[in-house]
Amino acid sequence: MTIPRTHLAALLAVGTALSLGYTACAPVAPARAAVKDSKDRKAAPDFALKDAEGKTMRLSDLRGKVVLVDFWATWCGPCQIEIPWFIDFQQKHKSEGFEVVGISMDDDGWNAIKPFVAQKKINYRIVLGDEKTTDQYGGVEALPTTFLIDREGRIASVHVGLTGKKEFEDAIESLLHPPANSKPGGGA
Amino acid sequence: MRLKAFCTPLLTASLAVVLSAQGMSPVLTVTPVPTVKIKKGGEATVVLKASLNAGFHCNSNTPTEEYLIPLKLTWGAGPLTSESVSYPKAKLEKYSFSEKPVSVLTGEFAITTKFKANADAATGPAAQTGKLRYQACSDKACFPPKTVDVSVTVNVE
Repeated sequence: MTIPRTHLAALLAVGTALSLGYTACAPVAPARAAVKDSKDRKAAPDFALKDAEGKTMRLSDLRGKVVLVDFWATWCGPCQIEIPWFIDFQQKHKSEGFEVVGISMDDDGWNAIKPFVAQKKINYRIVLGDEKTTDQYGGVEALPTTFLIDREGRIASVHVGLTGKKEFEDAIESLLHPPANSKPGGGA
Repeated sequence: MRLKAFCTPLLTASLAVVLSAQGMSPVLTVTPVPTVKIKKGGEATVVLKASLNAGFHCNSNTPTEEYLIPLKLTWGAGPLTSESVSYPKAKLEKYSFSEKPVSVLTGEFAITTKFKANADAATGPAAQTGKLRYQACSDKACFPPKTVDVSVTVNVE
C-alpha cells in the first residue's frame, strides 16, 4: 500500500498537533514563569477560613499586602519541599508587606496539621481549607497549588505543582517592588 | 514511495498520545474479579488486579515516610472472612520532590487476599465488598487520597 505525499503531510500535521496537545495536557502543567501583566489580573476570591485557634481569617484582611496562598497537605511530598521556602519568604519579606497563608487540605484536620506545623516551625498563618474555597479557586486538586496575589487583591500568578524557589522569589520581588512605570491598580 | 512502514508507527504513536492526554489526574482502575466458588468453611484466594494511569504513582502499603498515605485494601462484611492481604512488591523510585527514594507502585499491579468462608455462610451467590484506598502523585504534584469500591461475587456451595 502506498500513501500519497499530500496524505503524509496531513498525517504529520495531525501528529504534530496531537503532540503539542499532549504537551499542553500532560499531568501537571509547568508553572508560569512570571507574574501576569497588571491589566490581565482578576480579583482573588475572598475566603473566610479558620486557623488552629478557631479564629476566622479572611483574605480581604490582607488587602494592601502581597499574599502567597499555598494549597497544601501534610501527606504531600512536593508541598514539603516548598514549605521551607515559604518560611524563608515570610521571614525575609514580612516587613515589606508580604504574607504567606497556607490552606491545608488535610481530611484529618488539626490532628494532622498541628504536629506538622510545630515540627516544621512554620511561621505563617495556616488555615483549614474546604471544598467551597477550592471551588472558588478553580477546583484545586493537585497539591501544591500556589497563588500569588498582588497588593490590590488580584491573582498575579498561579503555580501548579512543585515550582522553583527562584521562580517564586522573582515573582514576589516583582510584586513587592514593581517597576517604576507600572501603575498599581491599573488592571481589572 | 512506500510509506506504510513509516505511517503505521506514526498513527499508533498519535493514538497513544491522545489516550495519554486524557490522563491529567490519577485514576486507579480495578479489573472485575471472576466469581469465586467456595465451600462453607473452605478457603479461596482472590487476586485483585489494579491499574494506575501513566505518569502517576501511588504509595505502596509500606511507604518510606510516615507522613505518606499507604495503599490499603479492606474487606467488609460478607460470606467470607479475610485471612490475609498480600500487596505487590513496591519499587523504590526517586522523584524531584523526594530526597530519598519513595516506595511506590506504578502501572498494573495485583493484590492477593486469602479468604475463608464462614461456616454459617448462606449457600448461593453473595457479594463480598471492600475498599481500596490509595493516594497518588505525579513527579511534581500530589492528589487527595481516593477510595475505590471493590466487589467480588461469591458462590457458596
